[in-house]
Amino acid sequence: MAYEQLSDAVSHQLGALGASLRVQGSRVGLGELLTAHRALEAVDCTSREDARLALRAVLCSERGDLAKFERAFWEVFGDGRVPLGPSPFDDLSEEAREALPHAGVPATGPRPLEQEADPTAVPAAWSDVELLRHKDFATYTDLEMAAARELIARLARRGPTRVSRRTRPSRRRGHEPDLRRMVRGSLRTAGEPIERVWRAPSRRPRPLVLALDVSGSMTPYARMLLQYLHASVAARRRVEAFAFGTRLTRITHELGGRDHDRALERAAEAVVDFSGGTRIGAALAALNRDHGRRVGRGAVIVILSDGWDRGDPEVLALEMARLRRSAHRLVWLNPLAAHPEFAPLTRGMKTAIPHTDELLAGNSLASLEQLAVILEEI
Amino acid sequence: MSLTYVGSVEEASEALASQGYLAGRPLALAVHLAVALDQPLLLEGEAGVGKTEVARALAAATNARLIRLQCHEGIDVHHAVYDWDYPRQLLALRAAEGGVDEGQLFSRRFLLRRPLLDALEADPGEPVVLLIDEIDRADDEFEAFLLEFLADFAVTIPELGTISAARPPVVVLTSNRTRELHDALKRRCLYHWIDYPSAELERAIVHARIPGVSEAIASRVVTAVGRLREHGDLYKLPGVGETLVWARALLALGEDADLYETLGVALKVHEDVERVTQRGVLDGV
Repeated sequence: MAYEQLSDAVSHQLGALGASLRVQGSRVGLGELLTAHRALEAVDCTSREDARLALRAVLCSERGDLAKFERAFWEVFGDGRVPLGPSPFDDLSEEAREALPHAGVPATGPRPLEQEADPTAVPAAWSDVELLRHKDFATYTDLEMAAARELIARLARRGPTRVSRRTRPSRRRGHEPDLRRMVRGSLRTAGEPIERVWRAPSRRPRPLVLALDVSGSMTPYARMLLQYLHASVAARRRVEAFAFGTRLTRITHELGGRDHDRALERAAEAVVDFSGGTRIGAALAALNRDHGRRVGRGAVIVILSDGWDRGDPEVLALEMARLRRSAHRLVWLNPLAAHPEFAPLTRGMKTAIPHTDELLAGNSLASLEQLAVILEEI
Repeated sequence: MSLTYVGSVEEASEALASQGYLAGRPLALAVHLAVALDQPLLLEGEAGVGKTEVARALAAATNARLIRLQCHEGIDVHHAVYDWDYPRQLLALRAAEGGVDEGQLFSRRFLLRRPLLDALEADPGEPVVLLIDEIDRADDEFEAFLLEFLADFAVTIPELGTISAARPPVVVLTSNRTRELHDALKRRCLYHWIDYPSAELERAIVHARIPGVSEAIASRVVTAVGRLREHGDLYKLPGVGETLVWARALLALGEDADLYETLGVALKVHEDVERVTQRGVLDGV
């Protein structure tokens, strides 16, 4: 009993520690807290220093986290004085204990926590998602961004396919007879090939190249669209992701991995020209030259940009033409196109439109859904 | 010279050179390690820098048999390892009026051997260089299979059992990087990036590959190709292959032939040719 109470007390404090780290922007989830528990079991818990180091090893995952951890540790565990007398956790009710490990934020903490610490960002009902569908990305709150994540992930799974030279067994009378199965079948019928079986070509994912404009004018949309890029890289094979402003950065590797927040963080670090100027032509030139082998060969290329271009329009026209010739399809997603009075008047858009197969809005979940439909049809 | 004699970097370099393949030291070292460590060698590089030639030259220099598997989209085990000769099996079935049992039907008589099986079943006395060309064209599934194959040098044919190599072949893989290869496959291999050769080395290559070419032609072509590669604004850069064809072209046309007129042997994109001509990139060469 005493042990249980003690471990509850530890859970409580670890919960508080995690919450404090989250408030400071670190990413600490239930998994990390469980590991922290196991780490504490593995070290000598009576040593404050050992416990601190063990927790630090578990809860920090990059250099920037260390300072945050020290602050959180001090907040939760104080300056190291041991409380005397009966444990203050003795009078915790059963419900409180039940709640502690599940909730990211404990009901009572040693220190009042800010509102941002509220980790519930799951759509409560389908209607919430419905409301989000047509909402402009630029007006999203952080909470709505998190709520849309699931939907974006679902959309990202839908992409272009193509017919492969690989075949698979087919029931229908198809392209070529499946001799392998016919020989096998004939063995059962005394050498008489009675049953006819077929093989038909299968479908494979078609290469998809996503190039996202992260210049200043795209800032309201870049965060959500970057989520879409991440979800695509995570969900499908043969996806390449690029970000561009004044120069082009390949961020496929950075966006890889299941850990959503870390992927976006890595990508943001890799892109040096976030919220800067735009030279779309130069960026596409880099795409054509340095990554020509990736974008050629029947890839579908999606450019996500508002078309505000500060570069040379001739370069843009030339590179768009080249891209169009090497790609299977070229799709342009322009968040501004959602506006009813939108006309492609910016110099960049005017130059680019003759070379695009499709121009879509790309400012809301509904428009991403439209993209998914088009990609599937390609 | 046989494979066992590629015992040092110098010997690897000599072996390749004996076939007219002049390799820089890093490449010779990679080849030496591939032979010494029995590990596959993955070669990447721009088009036309001679990735495939490495395997050819190594095999020819060491009297090894070169077995080549050209990867393509949709390649699978039945293209790469073995298949059964189904039409003949069906004929045999009919001819025997059903009196054939399964063991006879799926015996070596009806087995079609593909390159990888050939490499495994090669005579231990006969060394083999296995070239797996353009692995990036194959799909992920085949890459996964290849990973297993390179780990054990064995394949299992359900009807015949497991076949493993008496002596693992020297394996050279090439990739054009149209897509990223899986990390696991890369980890299994030694890796070498073949860069464009230095001007000096490239001149030597021209002389080695085209007997009778004059120094004037060699240096002219190498300078021209160097300028194109440095230009930095072209879609497709000329490789060593293009250098050699260009030198042959000049040999046929005469030393003083106009480089702009023969630009088509080096550049294959219309915009590139136009740009180079307009900007006078090759003026004075």
